[in-house]
Amino acid sequence: MALSREQIAQRVAQELQDGFYVNLGIGIPTLVANFIPKGIDVMLQSENGLLGMGQFPTEDDIDADLINAGKQTVTMVAGASVFDSAASFAMIRGGHVDLTVLGAFEVDVNGNIASYMIPGKLIKGMGGAMDLVAGADNIIVTMTHASKHGVSKLLNSCSLPLTGKGCIKKVLTDLAFIEIKDGKFYLLERAPGVSVAEIITLTEGELVVNGDIPEMQF
Amino acid sequence: MAGFDKVVSSYEEALAGLTDNMTVIAGGFGLCGIPENLIAEIKRKNIKGLTLVSNNCGVDNFGLGLLLPGRQIKKIIASYVGENAEFERQMMSGELEVELTPQGTLAEKMRAGGAGIPAFFTATGVGTPVAEGKEERNFNGRDYILEKAIVGDFAIVKAWKADRYGNLVFRKTARNFNPLAATAGKITVVEVEEIVAVGELDPDQIHTPGIYVNRLILGGFEKRIEQRTVRPSSSVKGE
Repeated sequence: MALSREQIAQRVAQELQDGFYVNLGIGIPTLVANFIPKGIDVMLQSENGLLGMGQFPTEDDIDADLINAGKQTVTMVAGASVFDSAASFAMIRGGHVDLTVLGAFEVDVNGNIASYMIPGKLIKGMGGAMDLVAGADNIIVTMTHASKHGVSKLLNSCSLPLTGKGCIKKVLTDLAFIEIKDGKFYLLERAPGVSVAEIITLTEGELVVNGDIPEMQF
Repeated sequence: MAGFDKVVSSYEEALAGLTDNMTVIAGGFGLCGIPENLIAEIKRKNIKGLTLVSNNCGVDNFGLGLLLPGRQIKKIIASYVGENAEFERQMMSGELEVELTPQGTLAEKMRAGGAGIPAFFTATGVGTPVAEGKEERNFNGRDYILEKAIVGDFAIVKAWKADRYGNLVFRKTARNFNPLAATAGKITVVEVEEIVAVGELDPDQIHTPGIYVNRLILGGFEKRIEQRTVRPSSSVKGE
C-alpha cells in the first residue's frame, strides 16, 4: 500500500534527532510536527522569522501578529525567538538549520529539484524554497512517487524549471525512501506491501537496488 | 517637524512626494505586519506606474492587492504571489511585470540596499531561472550568482511601537521584512500602533533606530488574518 500523507510525515519524523533545528515546508512537511518522537526536543524554524514555532492557537489565543510561513496562525514554544527576514535567511543560507523538509513536483538523479513553477499554469513563486535547498545540507524531499496517471516524478532530468541544482540527497515518496548519489537513485526502504518491481516501474531515473530492501517500520 | 521629531499627523503628509513611476519597498509577510493604511493612501492618491518591492502582493481586496484594480502597479518584485485572482489575471495578460525573487535574496537585497552594499553573491538560485543573465562566480569550489541591492524612493513600514524620534519596536512575526524595508527607503514612512515619549523605550530593546525613519504616523489597524487556524481549546497541551 502506498503511504498516506500522514505516514510519509511519520517516516520523515524518524529522521529527527534530539536538539535539531528543523524547517518544515508547506503541505506534507508541516505534518511532520505531529509525529516528533517522544523524548526528543526539536525546534521548528519558520522562515518568516520565528524559531520555536508551537501548535495552532485556541480561538482565544489567536494573534494576527504571529503566523508561520504558510500564513497560518500559530503559537510559540517556551524558548522561542523572533527576528527579521534577513536574519531568518542568514540561518538558512548559513547552514545553521539541521534539517529541511520540503515538497517537490520532480527530482532527478543529479539531485536537481523542481518545486515552484509549472510554466503557463502555476506561477506563484518560490517563496523561501530556493534559499532552503541552496543553504541546507540535510534535506528530505517529500512527494508522491508518480502522478495519478502513473508518470514518474523521479526522473533522469527534471522537465520543469529548477528550484535548486544538485542539492537533494534524500527523497521520501509514498512508495519508497530513496537516496541520490553519483547520478543514481538508491532504494533504501519500501512502503509496507509495495514491491521492488512496482517501485522500479514507477521510477524513470536509474534505480539501484542492493540486496533485500526492507519495509519501512512505523 | 522639529529636530528629531518624525511624527506627522495625516496620511497625506506621510506620503507627500510620492509620485507616479516611483519604486516603493513595503514591509510585511502575507497580510502580517503590512502598512495597511499607507497602502490605502497610495490607492486613494491613485499613484500609477509603481514598482513595488514586497514579499507578497496582498489578497484581492486587502493589502497591496488594493492597488491592482486601478492598475497602479507596473512591476512587482516578490517571492510569492499566490492567493490573488486579479494578480494572476494581470500577470498572465502581461499588464503586470513580475520579477520572482527568492525570499532570502529579497530580504538581503533590501538589507544590502540599506547598508550601502551594491550587490552580493549568493548560492540561492544557481542553475535555476533566477540565475539567467546574472554574473556567476566560483568561491571555494561552489558557484554563486551576483544579486543587486534594492533602494526604494519610498519605503512603507508597519511597526508596533515607536517613540517620536522614530525608534521602532516590532511585535512577533509582524517584524518580517519591515526592519529591512525601513533601511532601504530614500524616504521611509512608518505607521505604528502606539507612539510613546522619547526616552520611554529601552535603548536595548529598539529593533530599528530612528536614523532610518523619516516620517512616523499613528494608525488604527484591521490586522486581517489570511489563514485562521485553531485547535479546539479542550486539547490543552503545554505549548
